[in-house]
Amino acid sequence: MDSILISVLNRTLVAGTPLLLATLGEIITERSGILNLGIEGMMAVGAVAGFIVTLATGSPWLGMASAILAGILISAIHAFVSISLKANQVVSGLALTMLGLGGASLFGRPFIGRPLPVKMAPFRIPILADIPLVGKVLFNQDPFFYLSLILGVLLWVLLSRTRWGIQIRSVGENPAASEAQGLNISTVRYICVLIGGGLAGMAGAHLSLIYSKSWTEGLTGGRGWIVIALTIFALWNPLRAFLGAYLFGCIFVLQYILQPIGIPPNLLGMMPYLATLAVLFAGGLKKGRRYLHAPAMLGEPYTKGER
Amino acid sequence: MKKIEKLEMVEISKYFHTTRANYKVSFSIESGEILGLLGENGAGKTTLMNILYSLIQSDEGEIRINGETVRLHSPKDAIQRGIGMVHQHFMLIQNHTVAENIALGFEEAPFFFPAGHVAKKIEEFSRIYGLKVNTQEKIWQLSAGEQQRVEIVKALIRGVDLLILDEPTSVLTPQESKELFSILRRMAGNGHSIIFISHKLEEILSICDRVLVLRRGEIVGASSVQSTDKRKLARMMVGRDIIFDFEKEHIERGPLILEVKELIVPGDRTERAVKGVSFKVYKNEIFGIAGVSGNGQRELIEVITGLRRASGGSILINGKDITNASARLVSDQGISHVPEERIKFGIVPNLFIYENTVLKRHHNKRFSKMLFLNYQTIKSHAESIVKDFQVTAPSINTPIKNLSGGNIQKLILGREITGEPTLLVAAHPTYGLDVGATEYIRRQLLERRGKGIAVLLISEDLEEIFELCDRIAVMFEGEIMGILPTQEANIEDIGLMMAGSRK
Repeated sequence: MDSILISVLNRTLVAGTPLLLATLGEIITERSGILNLGIEGMMAVGAVAGFIVTLATGSPWLGMASAILAGILISAIHAFVSISLKANQVVSGLALTMLGLGGASLFGRPFIGRPLPVKMAPFRIPILADIPLVGKVLFNQDPFFYLSLILGVLLWVLLSRTRWGIQIRSVGENPAASEAQGLNISTVRYICVLIGGGLAGMAGAHLSLIYSKSWTEGLTGGRGWIVIALTIFALWNPLRAFLGAYLFGCIFVLQYILQPIGIPPNLLGMMPYLATLAVLFAGGLKKGRRYLHAPAMLGEPYTKGER
Repeated sequence: MKKIEKLEMVEISKYFHTTRANYKVSFSIESGEILGLLGENGAGKTTLMNILYSLIQSDEGEIRINGETVRLHSPKDAIQRGIGMVHQHFMLIQNHTVAENIALGFEEAPFFFPAGHVAKKIEEFSRIYGLKVNTQEKIWQLSAGEQQRVEIVKALIRGVDLLILDEPTSVLTPQESKELFSILRRMAGNGHSIIFISHKLEEILSICDRVLVLRRGEIVGASSVQSTDKRKLARMMVGRDIIFDFEKEHIERGPLILEVKELIVPGDRTERAVKGVSFKVYKNEIFGIAGVSGNGQRELIEVITGLRRASGGSILINGKDITNASARLVSDQGISHVPEERIKFGIVPNLFIYENTVLKRHHNKRFSKMLFLNYQTIKSHAESIVKDFQVTAPSINTPIKNLSGGNIQKLILGREITGEPTLLVAAHPTYGLDVGATEYIRRQLLERRGKGIAVLLISEDLEEIFELCDRIAVMFEGEIMGILPTQEANIEDIGLMMAGSRK
């Protein structure tokens, strides 16, 4: 019984990590006022880049780095189109999804089914890992897991407790006022979108290097869309993203476990979206839209000097 | 950086496409001085000040500080040189706290926990200048007067030498304005320079040392306030002698048209934005509701015109209960509406002018047959509105968004009046319009009163209220403080009622 529990918890954290990474990226992007619906594409590109570079160099760390770089590069398209050209962010994001998915399957074709020669070893934290149950689950995980924890806390501190955080949030809430305070709106937004792309790329690398340890087409499996739902579920707060990511990660794992006892996996596949609808519903019932904390100018292009 | 002893703007010109917003404007201001910048809406006052604050760049001319030419590329440069600006529409982030708003753009705030550090500084400055602000509150919880104080503290804390205030009193009660004036005098006494933008003559005369008059982007007059008076300033500002000289003929009011009884209306954020309001409006009468915006006027109008639901009380039109009826039904009962936000609620910007002239009435037999619109009648209807209401438009086949604010408003008024309503609800009908359009619209309202329409006028402009209304009600925090016949009202009493005292 213990071993099943450990395995479920373990798989939950593994399944939750890419969701967390990409959600953190989308949170910072959206907090600056840019909506990026291209996560699915950015994750796919990251997954393929990470896999190919790991195969070629034998270093999963180099693989992770190139996945991040790939994510940044492809998100730069979205940044340019939506910030500099002020185009419709929904359209640009959707285009990014298709571009990313298509590009990933094109470049990934020769590598389908190839096994990963090197594995990223779990990082065992001495002493703590010997604690029963908790130790095995929390302190014997892959490096991505620890990085995602650190990044999540860092992002929370950044957004809520630092000057940069105030600046990023202000740009998403009211770019005109932020500009009057001497901020360069485009610069802030570019940086946030690129960080978001990097984190999505990293999430993709987790899928191909840790989660499945191989590349197949459709590896991302709709996770990019779950991330968009998760960002709302987390109410744009990095700490709540932890909760959401592992909750949804758990649902992924349950799909496999509950299938044999007759619960259709499709039903469980719906859960993340139902949970998001529930949050929106609960938020809508509470007095005022402010409860939802959506950045006020999310998705609105900003033109200098126009009010 | 050295304190600003003297600042000059020299031969500043700015063009938007082909329109001249500013042309060869030159002036100077010295430390400790309050300079008034007077002009009509659209005279180029705000553009000029945005250039000084470097939100926009001038096409020609230069700025000198203490005799030295400076190049300011963005508000950041301006702030560093000691120039601050309080915009007419406050540049604050509604969802953030006062402290966070001030920390944004405050260079000395520490990287970690900036808001906490700033809060202490804010309290220091508040004490010196007698500006009361609560640093932990979110901006949306504050009144307009409090938000303005936040803007002023924001400028002070960054060591502003020259503060620009753009129409600072437009959102304040007369009493709050007085408070603002005493703060500004204290600042000037401490060696700050202040540029005070306004189109209200009394204010300029009471607070400023010197005044510049701007018309069509050019300086048409400059003088110290001692050597001028309202008449001279008005003539310079408008370019002709008379401003408003209405003869409001006395008309006996007719039968009761609109009756509002104990109306309770929920707001967007509050349970009750309107708290049990009762009044009556009669035929041949203009009934005015004065008060600072945000005291329930918007919610009240929205309920009367069917755009919002009341949670208590009733509304009767010609004795018929229309409480919580749909907007279509309300409109069919003869209530027309000139809305507060004309672009957002008055027109469909991308539709053609002729299409906009039949909004709300497109389903009438006159304009449609079965599923199809009768474009011939619609277009001739549009032509006649454009002609009768002196709308300047290239043709009725242009999208309405290409018209100026004044012409859009004339068209909306024309559309609402030609429906021959029994009640016309007009919210801030002349807000932001130039003098010509304002005058025209006010005349139209008076004319319609004579022709038997009942008018419910909501306005912040006391001059407008006094000129047009037969009776004046004042709203404060969702309640009516009192209803006075215009002959018995004076501006001081109305001002006190706007700040919450009952009559």
